[in-house]
Amino acid sequence: MADNKQHETPMLDELESGPWPSFVSGIKRLRDEHPTERINGVANDLLGQLEHSYETRKGYWKGGTVSVYGYGGGIIPRFSEVGQQFPESREFHTLRVQPPAGNHYSTDMLRQLANSWEKWGSGLVTFHGQTGNIMFIGATTDNTQHFFDDINEYGFDLGGAGPCVRTAMSCVGGARCEQSCANEHKIHRTLVNNFTDDVHRPALPYKFKFKVSGCPNDCMNSIERADMAVIGTWRDDMKVDQEAWKAYVAKKGRQHTIDNIITRCPTRCMSLKDDDSIEIDNRNCVRCMHCLNVVPKALSPGDDKGVTILMGGKRTLKIGDLMGTVIVPFMKLETEEDYERITEIAESTIDFWAENGLEHERCGEMIERIGLVNFLEGIDIDVDPHMIASPRQSSYVRMDGWDEEAVKWFERQAEDRQSAAS
Amino acid sequence: MAKEMRRPIESGCPDGFQYMHPLMIKNFGQWRWHDHPRPGVLRHVAQSGDALWTVKAGTQRILDVFTLRTLCDIGDQYADGHVRFTIRSNIEYMVADEIKVEPLIGALEEAGFVVGGTGNSVAMIAHTQGWLHCDIPGTDASGVVKAMMDELIDEFKNCNMPNRVHITTSCCQINCGGQGDIAINVQHTKPPKINHDLVANVCERPSVVARCPVAAIRPAQVNGKPTLEVDEKKCICCGACYPPCPPMQINDPEHSKLAIWVGGNHSNARSKPSFQKLVASGVPNNPPRWPEATAIVKRILKAYKEDARDWERINDWIDRIGWPRFFEATGLPFTKFHIDNWRGSRPSLNASTHIRF
Repeated sequence: MADNKQHETPMLDELESGPWPSFVSGIKRLRDEHPTERINGVANDLLGQLEHSYETRKGYWKGGTVSVYGYGGGIIPRFSEVGQQFPESREFHTLRVQPPAGNHYSTDMLRQLANSWEKWGSGLVTFHGQTGNIMFIGATTDNTQHFFDDINEYGFDLGGAGPCVRTAMSCVGGARCEQSCANEHKIHRTLVNNFTDDVHRPALPYKFKFKVSGCPNDCMNSIERADMAVIGTWRDDMKVDQEAWKAYVAKKGRQHTIDNIITRCPTRCMSLKDDDSIEIDNRNCVRCMHCLNVVPKALSPGDDKGVTILMGGKRTLKIGDLMGTVIVPFMKLETEEDYERITEIAESTIDFWAENGLEHERCGEMIERIGLVNFLEGIDIDVDPHMIASPRQSSYVRMDGWDEEAVKWFERQAEDRQSAAS
Repeated sequence: MAKEMRRPIESGCPDGFQYMHPLMIKNFGQWRWHDHPRPGVLRHVAQSGDALWTVKAGTQRILDVFTLRTLCDIGDQYADGHVRFTIRSNIEYMVADEIKVEPLIGALEEAGFVVGGTGNSVAMIAHTQGWLHCDIPGTDASGVVKAMMDELIDEFKNCNMPNRVHITTSCCQINCGGQGDIAINVQHTKPPKINHDLVANVCERPSVVARCPVAAIRPAQVNGKPTLEVDEKKCICCGACYPPCPPMQINDPEHSKLAIWVGGNHSNARSKPSFQKLVASGVPNNPPRWPEATAIVKRILKAYKEDARDWERINDWIDRIGWPRFFEATGLPFTKFHIDNWRGSRPSLNASTHIRF
C-alpha cells in the first residue's frame, strides 16, 4: 500500500457504530494491522470501491472466467469495473469451498485455513454462503490456484458454481439433535460426493442442489431451496413418555397445554385425557413436529425411521417460486443397498433433467413444464397419492388407459403387502 | 516446456466427524431431549446421560482473519476446541461441562460478539453478498444486515417473540436470501437501460431473449449494430436479463427500491411450508444505514409480538387474523400491487364469504 493513499470512507464509517460486530472494522483491521503489505493494499482498495458503491448506489464487479487446473467451476470470478481507481483489489475472486458435512470444525483446522488464506488471499472469509460453501472472498487469478493447491492437500475441495451440482447442506442432525431421523451426514456425503465430476465441471442445464434435514422441521430449508430435498421422518407411532408429559401438564397447566399443543395439531390427532395423559391417533399424525418441538422430553420420533424425498424446490428465477414435491414418501436408509438406491434416484433424476431440461431451467421448472407424471416415468418411479395435495379438478384430460393404470395400482398394492409380510 | 500443473484431488465434501466434538461423536443419533437454559444456550441430553451445552453467538459474518482467530482463541481457552456454524452464520461452541458456559459467554461478549439467536428470538439475518462482492447487486448485504442487527440486537439476545423470527435480505430479485418470516429484497421499478454498443460483443443474445419471464426482449438493430430491445410495456423490471447481459443495466440508484415480504416459513411444523408474501414496497435503498427499511421491519415485529399467540410464526399469525387485520395492525398501505397477477395466482384470491368484520 506504499504509494496508495488511504481512501476516505465516511459512509462506511457509519457502519462502525452500534452494538453489532462490524465487518467494516474487520476490513480496516486488515488494512491497518495486518503484517502483509499486499493485504493492507487489497483491504484499502476494497474499502475504497465499496465506499464508491455506497455513494453511487451501484455495484462494480463483473464476472469472467477463472478456474483452477482440472476444474471448470468453483471460483466466482470478480474483476473490478473501477480497477483504475482501486487497482489492488482489481482481481477479487471468491473460492467456493465445500465445508465438512454438518459445518463442524476444529479450531486447529480453522487456523490452518486462515493461515493458507492470508498467504494467498485477502484475509476475508465467510462461514458460509447461502448455498452452503465456505466463501474465501478475494484472491487474484494466480493466487486462486495456489490457495486451492494448499487446502486441497489437506482435505478441502471446491464446491459448485454455474450450471452444475452445487455444494450440499445438511443440518447438525444426529450429532446433537434428538429429532434426527436419519444419518444426515452420510446422506449428504453419499449424494454429493457421488457427483464430484458434475460439481467441478458445469455441464447441466442449470444448478442442482441437494439439501438434507434430519426431520420435518427442515432446518436446511430444503423443500423451498433444493432440487432434491431429503428429510428424515418415521412411520411407526411417535414415542410418548407419559410421566414426562404429565409433568409438563402439571407445570404449564391444562389451558396452556390445550391452547399450545392439542389444538395446534394440524390433523387434530391428539387429545388430553382426564388423567392428563395424552392420546395420539398416530394413523393421522402427519409428522409436522409441532408437539415434539414443544415437549421434547415427552414426545419423540418413533423407531421405524427413514426419509421422505421431495424434488423441484427453487427460488424466483424464472417462472416464480416453487416448492419441492413429494417423489418418495418414505424409504429406509439403513443398509448399503438403501444408500445405493437413493444414489440411483439422484442419478436418474439428474440424467433425465440433463437430457430434457432447457438451458437455465431448474429441475422444478422442467417438472412444471412437462408435468409430474412425465417426470415420474422418466425416472421410473410409480405414482403415489402422497405426491398430491388433491386429485385433479379439471376433466380436460385424455383417460383411455384408465383400466390398465388401475390394474397397476392393485398389483403394486399386492406387492407391497407381500413384501411387508416377508 | 510448460511446467506440469498439479492435478486436483477430487475429495468433495469432507467428513465432518474428524472435526466434531467428541461427545457428539459418542452420542451420534442417540440424543434424547434438549432444553433452553437461557437465551443463546442449549442443553442437549443423550440416552447415555451425557449432556452437551451449546453457546451460540452472532458475528459480522464477513470475517477478517483476526476475528476468525479470536473466535478460535475463545474456542481453545473456554470451549473444547470444536465449533460449528449454523445456516445463518452464527458460531456455536459446544462444551461438555456446565461450568464452562458462563466464562465462555463472558469471553464472547468481552470480544464483542453477541450471544443469542436461540428459541423465540429474532435470529441472525440470512445474508447475501451485495456490493461487497456480487456482480449484479442492487444494494449491499453486509451493510443492511449490520444496520438492522444494531437495531434488533435486543430481540436477538432475548427470546420475547411468540416464535422464532427468521429475517432474510436479497440484493436482487433472484432472492439468494431465500424465504423468511420477514424478507427485505431489492425490487427494481424501471426497465433496464441498454448500452447498445456493447450488447453484440458481450451477450449471447438468444439466451438473453430466452431468459425473460414475460418474453419482452427481442433482437434489434441500433445504429447498424445488432443488439436487443425491451418492450417496456411488457417488462416487469425483474432484472433476469442483467446477469447474462451486463449491458442491460437494471440497477438504478433511484429506481431500484426495497420491498418487504412476510410469512415465508420452511418448517413443516403446524402448517405446510409457506412462501413469503409482499407487504411493502417503494422503500428507498438508502445506504449506509437504510433506516426506512428497518423502521418497517420493526413495525411488523411490534404488531406480531403484541398480537400473535405463543408458537405462532408470522405466517401462522396472519393465517389466524387475516390479511386485512395485518395491514390494519401494521399501518402499511394495501395497494393494487399486492394482488397477484402472475401465473397460477387465482388461488391467492378470496373465493368465499369468509370475511372478518
